[in-house]
Amino acid sequence: MNWLILALVFWLAAWAANVAMVRSKWAETRLVRVVVPVIFGLTLVVAWEALVHAFNVSAAILPPPSAVADTFARSTGMLWEDFTQTVLKGALRGYFIGAAAAFGVAILIDRSPFLTRGLLPIGNFVAALPIVGVAPILVSWFGFDWQSKAAVVVVMVFFPVLVNTVQGLRETDVMLRDLMKTYAAGYFTTLWKLRIPAAMPFIFNGLKVGATLALIGAIVAEYFGSPTRGMGFRISTGVGSLSIDLVWAEIVVAALAGTLFYGVVAWFEKKVTFWHPSQRG
Amino acid sequence: MWRTGCAKGCARGIPMTKTALSVLTVLASIVVIWYLAVAPMNIRVALDQAERTGAAIDPPSAVERRNISVWTLMAQNREHIADGYSLERPRLPTPAQVGQELWRTTGEMVLKGRTWSKRSLIYHGWITLQSTFWGFLLGTTIGIVGAIAIVQSRVIEMSVMPWAIISQAIPIVALAPMIIVLSSQVGIEGRGFPKALISSYLCFFPVLVGMVKGLRSPTAEQLDLLKTYSASGVQRFMKLRVPASLPYLFTSLKIGIAAALVGAIVGELPTGAISGLGARILIGDQFGTPLAIWAALFAAAILAGVLVTVIDRAQQMLLRRMGMRS
Repeated sequence: MNWLILALVFWLAAWAANVAMVRSKWAETRLVRVVVPVIFGLTLVVAWEALVHAFNVSAAILPPPSAVADTFARSTGMLWEDFTQTVLKGALRGYFIGAAAAFGVAILIDRSPFLTRGLLPIGNFVAALPIVGVAPILVSWFGFDWQSKAAVVVVMVFFPVLVNTVQGLRETDVMLRDLMKTYAAGYFTTLWKLRIPAAMPFIFNGLKVGATLALIGAIVAEYFGSPTRGMGFRISTGVGSLSIDLVWAEIVVAALAGTLFYGVVAWFEKKVTFWHPSQRG
Repeated sequence: MWRTGCAKGCARGIPMTKTALSVLTVLASIVVIWYLAVAPMNIRVALDQAERTGAAIDPPSAVERRNISVWTLMAQNREHIADGYSLERPRLPTPAQVGQELWRTTGEMVLKGRTWSKRSLIYHGWITLQSTFWGFLLGTTIGIVGAIAIVQSRVIEMSVMPWAIISQAIPIVALAPMIIVLSSQVGIEGRGFPKALISSYLCFFPVLVGMVKGLRSPTAEQLDLLKTYSASGVQRFMKLRVPASLPYLFTSLKIGIAAALVGAIVGELPTGAISGLGARILIGDQFGTPLAIWAALFAAAILAGVLVTVIDRAQQMLLRRMGMRS
């Protein structure tokens, strides 16, 4: 009962603090913008901890965050090994190959308006499909190690990046292209100096969608067979052997990796497309 | 994510037939590339099979063939290339084989009157469709309620919005096995609920973002006008913000339903489910029947296409009735 009261008090206090901060004159400062969501996240963790203790939930069902943190601290070596296998080897390599391939194909396709018109609806359609289902096929083609995971990620990242790049390359208006022509700029100069920069906001949209898909692809592919390491492997065996705290530690790693990955892409977007209205607001 | 073939082309004055022609050309070239790829992909399997029937193959044993590239193998065994196109368990089936498998598990089942048999993809598609539907409903509700709360309260916006964005960066598949274990421990029977939960997790975000954008889309002048009519807060919300948000809502619903389907299938993949399209993929993998996997994948694609088209039609009808351009 004490735990419940504690959680309730903490929740009310945190909420009051957030309300006070948002209503204060510092509401628009960067500090408040960071602190408010952090406090909200903290209340969720405290509520989780309190509820687990208050209702005596078995650790085999839902371990409290403190136990997860403890497991996390004890098994950093293993978590790091899984992180290298799944994120650095599988997801990142696949992401770069997929994005580069999509970019190249988009540049080639863009030379033919006929193909572009045909490709856009198909690409849009495929980008909405549950592509992750090809995981078992690619695992049987490329074997159990990271190559098959990278292959799944390549296929998943390819279409969002392709569609967005093709769309972005179409975005420059006729006036600007005419201007380049009056400068006697050839196809490649126009592409490099005008059309690719103009396409950047679109390309980054695709890259951001791809960043969230990449980890999903790498983890799902591991459910279909992997060497005895990797986040997906650890999660599926952890659920089987009821070491749920370890599974949650892996989920924390996945969440951190996903957020960091997305954050890095968003940071690059800010640096590259600083001129775009959406970044100036 | 999704646009009908015409939406953009027609707006720019390009006739629809021309777009359709381009789409067909691209599709045809994909099929041609696919057919060409079948030969090198399947040559090893084809040669292994031919070896078992006693045909002369160069080099004769599978061990020797392992280190030779597929191109050399094809050049040395030309007469066996064709075998690769009619294997029972190919590495890469031909489009025709996938089509046959699809027909065998859908149309033929219906003709035989066994539509709801465990081997029919219509049955499995229906299972997945149910999870998708519940997940879509739940996700859309969360998205809309969340968007209204965010638009109404600055505190909620600042607390929740960053987490909503972060939630999408967390790979849900990592959570999927956990959600299933949790809900079975809590005493919820069957896999319907956890699957719907996973699918709503993927579905709520586009709806939330779209609705926030839509509810904020009325301009200051429009809001002022309603104030001069002395409209109350509720009236302003119901008569201006809600109708203004509908085009945004439908655009995100189209993304949301596709995401919900992905979620339902992802929910079936890692969990040992026995019915549903994701389970067909899983079982096809375990029993080494690649045709079943491919057929399930295409069934999922068709299902996604149908769902998005239904919402697209609903959008056009509703917006036209409301007097908006669709």
